Amino acid sequence: YCLSGHPTLPCNVLKFKSTTIMLDCGLDMTSTLNFLPLPLVQSPRLSKLPGWVLKDGSTFLDKELKECSGHVFVDSVPEFCLPETELLDLSTVDVILISNYHCMMALPYITEYTGFTGTVYATEPTVQIGRLLMEELVNSIERVPKAQSASMWKNKEVQRLLPAPLKDAVEVSMWRKCYTMPEVNAALSKIQLVGYSQKIELFGAVQVTPLSSGYALGSSNWIIQSHYEKVSYVSGSSLLTTHPQPMDQASLKNSDVLILTGLTQIPTANPDGMVGEFCSNLAMTVRNGGNVLVPCYPSGVIYDLLECLYQYIDSAGLSNVPFYFISPVANSSLEFSQIFAEWLCHNKQTKVYLPEPPFPHAELIQTNKLKHYPSIHGDFSNDFKQPCVVFTGHPSLRFGDVVHFMELWGKSSLNTVIFTEPDFSYLDALAPYQPLAMKCVYCPIDTRLNFIQVSKLLKEVQPLPQLHSLPWTHSSPSMFLLSEGPRTAPSPGAGLRHILSFSPADQNFLLLQLADSLVPLEIKPGISLATVSAVLHTKDNKHVLQLPPKPPQPPASKKRKRVSDDVPECKALKPLLSGSIPVDQFVQTLEKHGFSDVKVEDTAKGHIVLLQEAETLIQLEEDSTHIICDNDEPLRVKLRDLVLKFLQKF
Amino acid sequence: MPEIKVTPLGAGQDVGRSCILVSIAGKNVMLDCGMHMGYNDDRRFPDFSYITQNGRLTDFLDCVIISHFHLDHCGALPYFSEMVGYDGPIYMTHPTKAICPILLEDYRKITVDKKGETNFFTSQMIKDCMKKVVAVHLHQTVQVDEELEIKAYYAGHVLGAAMFQIKVGCESVVYTGDYNMTPDRHLGAAWIDKCRPDLLISESTYATTIRDSKRCRERDFLKKVHETVERGGKVLIPVFALGRAQELCILLETFWERMNLKAPIYFSTGLTEKANHYYKLFITWTNQKIRKTFVQRNMFEFKHIKAFDRAFADNPGPMVVFATPGMLHAGQSLQIFRKWAGNEKNMVIMPGYCVQGTVGHKILSGQRKLEMEGRQILEVKMQVEYMSFSAHADAKGIMQLIRQAEPRNVLLVHGEAKKMEFLKQKIEQEFHVSCYMPANGETTTIFTNPCIPVDISLGLLKREAAIGPVPDAKKPKLMHGTLLMKDNSFRLVSPEQALKELGLAEHQLRFTCRVHIQDPRKEHETVLRVYNHLKGVLKDYSVQHLPDGSITVESILIQATAHSEDQGTKVLLVSWTYQDEELGSYLTSLLKKGLPQSTS
Repeated sequence: YCLSGHPTLPCNVLKFKSTTIMLDCGLDMTSTLNFLPLPLVQSPRLSKLPGWVLKDGSTFLDKELKECSGHVFVDSVPEFCLPETELLDLSTVDVILISNYHCMMALPYITEYTGFTGTVYATEPTVQIGRLLMEELVNSIERVPKAQSASMWKNKEVQRLLPAPLKDAVEVSMWRKCYTMPEVNAALSKIQLVGYSQKIELFGAVQVTPLSSGYALGSSNWIIQSHYEKVSYVSGSSLLTTHPQPMDQASLKNSDVLILTGLTQIPTANPDGMVGEFCSNLAMTVRNGGNVLVPCYPSGVIYDLLECLYQYIDSAGLSNVPFYFISPVANSSLEFSQIFAEWLCHNKQTKVYLPEPPFPHAELIQTNKLKHYPSIHGDFSNDFKQPCVVFTGHPSLRFGDVVHFMELWGKSSLNTVIFTEPDFSYLDALAPYQPLAMKCVYCPIDTRLNFIQVSKLLKEVQPLPQLHSLPWTHSSPSMFLLSEGPRTAPSPGAGLRHILSFSPADQNFLLLQLADSLVPLEIKPGISLATVSAVLHTKDNKHVLQLPPKPPQPPASKKRKRVSDDVPECKALKPLLSGSIPVDQFVQTLEKHGFSDVKVEDTAKGHIVLLQEAETLIQLEEDSTHIICDNDEPLRVKLRDLVLKFLQKF
Repeated sequence: MPEIKVTPLGAGQDVGRSCILVSIAGKNVMLDCGMHMGYNDDRRFPDFSYITQNGRLTDFLDCVIISHFHLDHCGALPYFSEMVGYDGPIYMTHPTKAICPILLEDYRKITVDKKGETNFFTSQMIKDCMKKVVAVHLHQTVQVDEELEIKAYYAGHVLGAAMFQIKVGCESVVYTGDYNMTPDRHLGAAWIDKCRPDLLISESTYATTIRDSKRCRERDFLKKVHETVERGGKVLIPVFALGRAQELCILLETFWERMNLKAPIYFSTGLTEKANHYYKLFITWTNQKIRKTFVQRNMFEFKHIKAFDRAFADNPGPMVVFATPGMLHAGQSLQIFRKWAGNEKNMVIMPGYCVQGTVGHKILSGQRKLEMEGRQILEVKMQVEYMSFSAHADAKGIMQLIRQAEPRNVLLVHGEAKKMEFLKQKIEQEFHVSCYMPANGETTTIFTNPCIPVDISLGLLKREAAIGPVPDAKKPKLMHGTLLMKDNSFRLVSPEQALKELGLAEHQLRFTCRVHIQDPRKEHETVLRVYNHLKGVLKDYSVQHLPDGSITVESILIQATAHSEDQGTKVLLVSWTYQDEELGSYLTSLLKKGLPQSTS
């Protein structure tokens, strides 16, 4: 099942071997673009926006909806579009696997509101940085209290009358306000930390393993496998070497199913080129005395940008320009990046061994070139010096300190805003700030896989027939599908439901602990057989065969007069027999055992051996033997044993 | 019989030069590769010629695992890999990989540059050796080859110390290295899951000690340092650059801050500064509290502790000096010790274990006149204090770990024979598992009962489930089947299927017995009597009277005919297949006894 329509913030649920696994829970934040920005400082412009009036002149919505340069915005606390929760009962989800910190933003909604009782698995950097992202989000929304929260416009009747894009927004009734810090903490406490290549048993039925995906610190792809099937979940992977550990491709080989999601949305933009463009634009603006604003997340690409700038500023003669990194979690983010040496690429790991901090921004901070502040209030206003470069959030331009800078710098054409995060459309993001004099540059840096890399990857890992790629709505999926031919089963356009079916080759796996007691028999070269009678223990979905317990010895005290009268227990099954009996040898054996009067008669199908004295008849045929005798038990048993000598038991 | 063989080349009933060979399911693994601090001759390194007489080590060993960076666990590594020659993988955790080469280089400097030894490994060899190292994450399952996998667990002893689980198929060994079960000021406690290894190889440095609470020891330590400093004495604390040093630094740092003390604290050698830096970068390996607060204040940035210069040792007035190495066997700590030993105002605090043969061990055992190099006699007047801050598990901790891991066998290394003996008895008493303590070069063999993965055919499972009374997944069930072994794959199928797959025909073995009964009645009446009788006796079986005059009990056929000569005697023909042997045999003997007279 696919519960999220957003192409890079997936939320999928996989049912596999009677476990229900949720793969990522990304939060679609594009919904916030329909809201007015939350200014930190009273903005006269934003507060004086005219209320929006319906065509027929009714003004009952003017408190909720404001018009700004031709667009209509909701004047309210921003709300987010949750993953689909109606489709299935989320309390039945056993585990949630998180692939990277961007894809866990909806976690509090899932763990706190749906009756979810399972465990969440994620790597340590994912959890720590994810916590920072959530903290920033909560913080930047909570510190600007809005008196009202608009709900009237959500009424279906009303919504119909609204102009696009509000009119087209789907599931608005499902939009939710931001969670709070206690909820974040509660959600994060349900996470269990894992390391790359750690094998985690789920109820003994499934084994999940995170693998490095190369996209961000601690980002992972997951392998979900039972003994016979292997599902690979590839989400937000990158083949480029930036700061994180490179992607582990070898382990993805031989998957039965490959779930591929989180591909780049801007396949045309080459990250390296974009970084170059970013630097040159930045330099140009600063040289002209303007300021540069970089709306970004507090972690991820910013590390790479800072590293590039570190090399670039000296050569560009910008060493005097201050860099500011403003975020409630700026300090933590920079510090955390330095301690996850184990999750970094090889180059950075080697630095730690020296020991040096793996990222050069430590040096930028030491030399005071980069300064970080929790917000624009406090120390920042004293240190603030223009021209400068400011990194701050949130990339949607709807909340966080970035709003302030947009208002402050928007009127001057000297200044530039550079968009690097690909998650939001920059035109939509800028809409409430129009008319805008400042320059806007769009240099999306997205290191995730593009289609060419995907097809290359697919060739390398060679998944068996099924491949399911979950929505990638924005860019041309059809082109890609064509090139891949029948291997790809495309997901229906905007459909939310996508069911993966597995062949129910449901075989069980047994551990044998009684190897000692077996007597293997070589039937054909290389093939041996042994009869097994054992007790099957089923525990935690694991089956173990053990030696059958010795039948309890009859208690001595109990009077057992007629032992032979006890009805035999027919539980112990007798093995099947196979083979045939050579007459001559059989007769010889009989004679050896004291049967002197053996007489052999040939019949159509075989032979009849007569023991005259004992009035016993033995019919030998190709695949059957019939012993007919008087009621003489010892004799019968003797004969039986002799016959059995010639046969194989199964 | 599959077995696991363990041979300590070092650390068998001894502390120092840890090096243990393990053979498990055809794989050979070397655990640690340490040097012995008590010796300066050949005995300082393990005897690698034991491993293989001729042939390369690389061919014989599948991998080498280093548990942590202490020299008694990794000191012989460059010698082993570069001078003896080993090119296979060496596994250690990230912090160990970072710190290990520095300690090795330090050790090399002391031996070669100070003592002038030749025929020792060079700096280049250390570098080459480290290139063979593969770093592992905690809990990462590393596939050494197709079958052999290893997994690291947190051990807490020093930064980056790990316990390793070595697993081949279902057989597994856990090697603890050195570990600590109680969290201290900068590291967490060792932890392992209930992995039920066949063998647990545990250190046993403090096999007999049960230490009092950490807090008491800390208070004691601070009090002693404080008193000495108050009366103007100097305190020498010999430490190893990494590990205890950091813990004690944190302790003194906070104490100095609280008490507002002015006496200087020094830390010898540049190594320590570097060491503190490592702690800053590998903060994920420290304990919860430090990890939580590091953004605000990194615990390893000390305000009161400064770098030591050799000239400071002669400064008047009180001071506290941390000097390396920790057992007073060489280097700066020994130099300072010689300078200060004569003054009874001074104090030396030994915070850790001292190996036999070192100066540290001698003064701790009460020796007060030491013979130094050049036949000088050094009289020790300064106070000597011992405080166990070494982060080894004590007896309680070892027991706790055994309880956690639930091993089937325990093997003790890295401890003194007498103490081990005591612990061994205790372990055997409490857990009822066998416990071994081999000496160096002595091989212990442990038999295991491995399990073999088998595929069961669904048909068989279903059939077995159908036979059982009520399918209850929790209840053990008796199963019968045929194990098909083919090209290394094991499958359990029903006997019929096995025959079919092998193209063999079933051979039917049938028995027919004649039973004579005296009964003058008509045949069908006899049959009826037999039927009623059987039905009465065999209540659990399906007994049927067929229209053609025969009786079936399950699949056994009984027919009656009149005897050809004597009409009063009826002949019952009882016919069954080999599969019904028991029942058939029982029936004949039952019928032989005749029919009860009462039934008519």
